[in-house]
Amino acid sequence: MSELLANGGGIGKLFTDPDPDKAREYFRSKSRVMKDKVMDVKQAVSLFIQDGDYVSIGGFGTNRIPTAVLHEILRQGKKELGLSGHTATHDFQILAAGGAINRVDVAYVVGLEARGLSKAARRLFEEAKIEVCEWTNAALAWRYRAAAMGIPFIPARVMFGTDTFKYSAAKVVNCPFTGKRLLALPALYPDVAIIHVHRADKYGNAQIDGITVSDFDVARAAKRVILTTERIIDNEEIRKDPSRTFIPYYCVDAVCHVPYGSYPGNMPYEYFSDEDHLKEWLASDGHPSTLEPFLQKYILNTKDFSEYLEVCGGEKRLLELRRLEFFQDEEELDQLAM
Amino acid sequence: MDYNAMELMICLASRILEDGSTVVVGTGAPCAAAMLAQKTHAPNLMILFEAGGIGPQLPTMPISVGDSRTFHKAIMASSMPEIMETCQRGLIDYCFLGGAQIDKYGNINSTVIGDFKQPKVRFPGSGGANDLASLCWRTLVITPHDVRRFVDKVDFITTPGYLTGPGARGDAGLPPDTGPYKVITNLCVLGFDLKTKQMKVESIHPGITKEDIIKNTGFELLWDEDLRTSLPPTEEELRILREEVDPMRYIIGRQAS
Repeated sequence: MSELLANGGGIGKLFTDPDPDKAREYFRSKSRVMKDKVMDVKQAVSLFIQDGDYVSIGGFGTNRIPTAVLHEILRQGKKELGLSGHTATHDFQILAAGGAINRVDVAYVVGLEARGLSKAARRLFEEAKIEVCEWTNAALAWRYRAAAMGIPFIPARVMFGTDTFKYSAAKVVNCPFTGKRLLALPALYPDVAIIHVHRADKYGNAQIDGITVSDFDVARAAKRVILTTERIIDNEEIRKDPSRTFIPYYCVDAVCHVPYGSYPGNMPYEYFSDEDHLKEWLASDGHPSTLEPFLQKYILNTKDFSEYLEVCGGEKRLLELRRLEFFQDEEELDQLAM
Repeated sequence: MDYNAMELMICLASRILEDGSTVVVGTGAPCAAAMLAQKTHAPNLMILFEAGGIGPQLPTMPISVGDSRTFHKAIMASSMPEIMETCQRGLIDYCFLGGAQIDKYGNINSTVIGDFKQPKVRFPGSGGANDLASLCWRTLVITPHDVRRFVDKVDFITTPGYLTGPGARGDAGLPPDTGPYKVITNLCVLGFDLKTKQMKVESIHPGITKEDIIKNTGFELLWDEDLRTSLPPTEEELRILREEVDPMRYIIGRQAS
């Protein structure tokens, strides 16, 4: 507790620099040209993700996640990545299984919600192979918000009195107007954000259907953004209804066309999650001896995401998941489950 | 009337939610309780999910608090900041939580068992739990009741209950008048004593004894002067729960302990 009292904040390590002027310097040098950024996932990962980078993943763990890029990170053997664990479930599981991360800001990791806990992910913590700083989902969401706003911190009223605060890198400040105690959350500028979207044009103007989780701020906070998209559409389509543009091109560095890109996760209004495959993942990552052949089969020995989809049952399975997303009533759901 | 412990817990939880109130739920029993409340006494209960779903017409149990069912025919598919900021503004009445350990002040651990630096077991962490319990007016907990969970001291306070007792939440900086409200277990329903902020048994489930509860609790409990027997599910509640809320028995088919 003395460490805690000495600096008025948690004892956790701050993995990213909250200085908005350093971020401004970076953004000053970022291209504003609306140019074609379409490339394949392999290129995007090798160009925009370096060993040691701090990474943020869009979506929500098993929903609208950029699986193809996560797999490619493993194939290219990227190392010592930092990760924002803002409800990172299957995304965390993949990176943990591949040994790609060495530090994490935790709000929610290790678990796959009601499906259970990933043993591969747990091992990282239980064998102390990862540096950890604790936060909450709102704290990480607001840390992105501060970065997106271009300010060094944002005040909030969560985490007080808990060990979550003690093991965080947040500090306590007094409100200059009301005198109330406030939590100061440092801006989080990731080196790279990876976000899966429904539609984008070749420049990176992107649309998302359904909940957007924290991706509005993630896309703006990150120095570099890789988009994977279900469909690439004409710039004209974007201009027909500009109120739908969720991420503007000037945030984006790469646009990768990846149909079914959130598989085995859910993609709203497109396809449901593949619960059988997620179960197989959880069963296989229990022990290194079963994890290794599993990773070989699905990721390391497949050349890209479309080959992975084939190994997972291909078109037939994907059409089932499409139907599951669009069920009309419970009877239909029951039939699909049979 | 035949029912299992999970069905009883869901019915008891659902009756707490008033018509016209707002509740943030997760998957599982809390979601079932909110759905049951909507289909019985609280048709105007507003359900929210932390990933952004607001006011869905839930066709079935979601698997994830961010899957597409959490905003099926909803009034809004929003964002995590939208939900958390609505909580922070004071518009959300209830949240529902669970956890690996809980103490007499309702502090919850969902982070580690053992030492933080090299834990015996690592759990997911706060997720949105700390935020919701800090910002919603009343926190509800649904949990199995045993000595491993009901402990004198949690290994890690992930989510704030009443912290160290009366006044502690305010001193720490949390908004006034917030905190744990009820804990629903497979043995009893507990509230919190107004003066000491400690857990107090309010009603005991049919067929359960005081001794059962004492045996399964790792700290000294308070007992309501007006100790009652929990009202079992009505026929109507059970019918709706089994036929409309959870026909696949995803939740009510599970063990409650």
